[in-house]
Amino acid sequence: MTPHFGLPEFGFLLRGLQWTVLLTLVAFAGGCTAGLAVALMRTCGHKGVEWITSVYIGIFQGTPLLLQLFVVYYGLALTGLKLDAFVAVAIGFTVNASAFLGEIWRGAIQAVPRGQSEAAMALGLHYSSRMRDIVLPQAIRISLPATIGYLVQLIKGTSLAAIVGFIELARAGQIVSNQTYQPLLVFGVVGAMYFILCWPLSWWGSRMEARLALANQR
Amino acid sequence: MGYTLDFSVVWQALPALLWGCLGTLGLALAGMTLAMIIGVAGVAARDSKAAWLRAIVIGFVEIVRNTPFLVQIFFLFFALPLIGLKLNPTATAIIALGVNGGAYAIEIIRGGVQSIHQGQVEAGYALGLHKGHVFRFIVLKPALRAIYPSLTGQFIMLTLTSSICSAVSAYELTSVAQRIESDTFRSFEVYFSVTFLYLAISWLLMLGFAVISRRFFSYPTR
Repeated sequence: MTPHFGLPEFGFLLRGLQWTVLLTLVAFAGGCTAGLAVALMRTCGHKGVEWITSVYIGIFQGTPLLLQLFVVYYGLALTGLKLDAFVAVAIGFTVNASAFLGEIWRGAIQAVPRGQSEAAMALGLHYSSRMRDIVLPQAIRISLPATIGYLVQLIKGTSLAAIVGFIELARAGQIVSNQTYQPLLVFGVVGAMYFILCWPLSWWGSRMEARLALANQR
Repeated sequence: MGYTLDFSVVWQALPALLWGCLGTLGLALAGMTLAMIIGVAGVAARDSKAAWLRAIVIGFVEIVRNTPFLVQIFFLFFALPLIGLKLNPTATAIIALGVNGGAYAIEIIRGGVQSIHQGQVEAGYALGLHKGHVFRFIVLKPALRAIYPSLTGQFIMLTLTSSICSAVSAYELTSVAQRIESDTFRSFEVYFSVTFLYLAISWLLMLGFAVISRRFFSYPTR
């Protein structure tokens, strides 16, 4: 007998949603940390280091996220480590996020007027204090809309974990759809859940972008 | 370590993989064409006088941009037969890519149209240009020039997104790779190589777009 889409099925989707949120948070936190390192290396002034990081960023921007996940997932399996599926996909998304956030923050760091870091240098501040106290606080403000934009991308991207078999929202939707034979209803609900997650962020991001543009006009 | 990497399977499957590359490019090209049609029609509807039409377009753009492509393609995969469109997976994938890309194209094209100041058109008429020339040189070309970078960037994004169409087994590079993987069990080798095929595709596209831009959109310097 086929079950209809009811409360238990909805609960199953909600548990999938929990994993989507958790996966996004872990990958975003990891991506922020690694992305900061990428952005700092990309702007450090050493030609070789800058070139290597630009190639690193270029590889992630020029290949599909799905394939990046496959490579990390099966690559980690080859190392012989017995990793949980969650850990494996989380590492995949973290690496991707580090490249994209690194590129966003590189742009933001370079958008901070040169005079700021020159003045800091004239005051005798060394690199770490110059970055931490002068450049980065301003860069974060500039980069916020794009960073939120990437966060939305990341939430949507975690749906690809479904293809490698990790049960998050999209995979939960597939399972329920196969059980109930009500694909339109199920994927409609799944889509609505993603929308409720992403749309406020998108709205917040574009509002911030408009305010930033207004501030720059003056 | 008990595993030795063996890329010879990839080498043997290279012809199939290159055909897969063509499949990916074809899928992306067809999807982008549909996206452009939806984009132009959407911009016309977005700025129409009918409020309900504007609301539909805004709703469409927001829904598509805030849900994952994977869920969109699954939804269409089951929804299209209900409205009488019994299509093969590849055609379904083209429609899904077109719908997805169309939402982004609406935003991009709208920005381009808005970048042309009405005074420019009036100045063109004042200089005695006729209607066709005003449209071609004063509206179309500068608008295209303004949106060219984001539109071509969108095309490359769509090409990369098309890998997700393997989930409904449309004919393209990733589904070819999945078939080779299930025949040979060399998952890492196959996907690692295919990743670099995608990188080559996006580099070639970027190079091609830069050449086109220099040929058609550069300002005359002499």
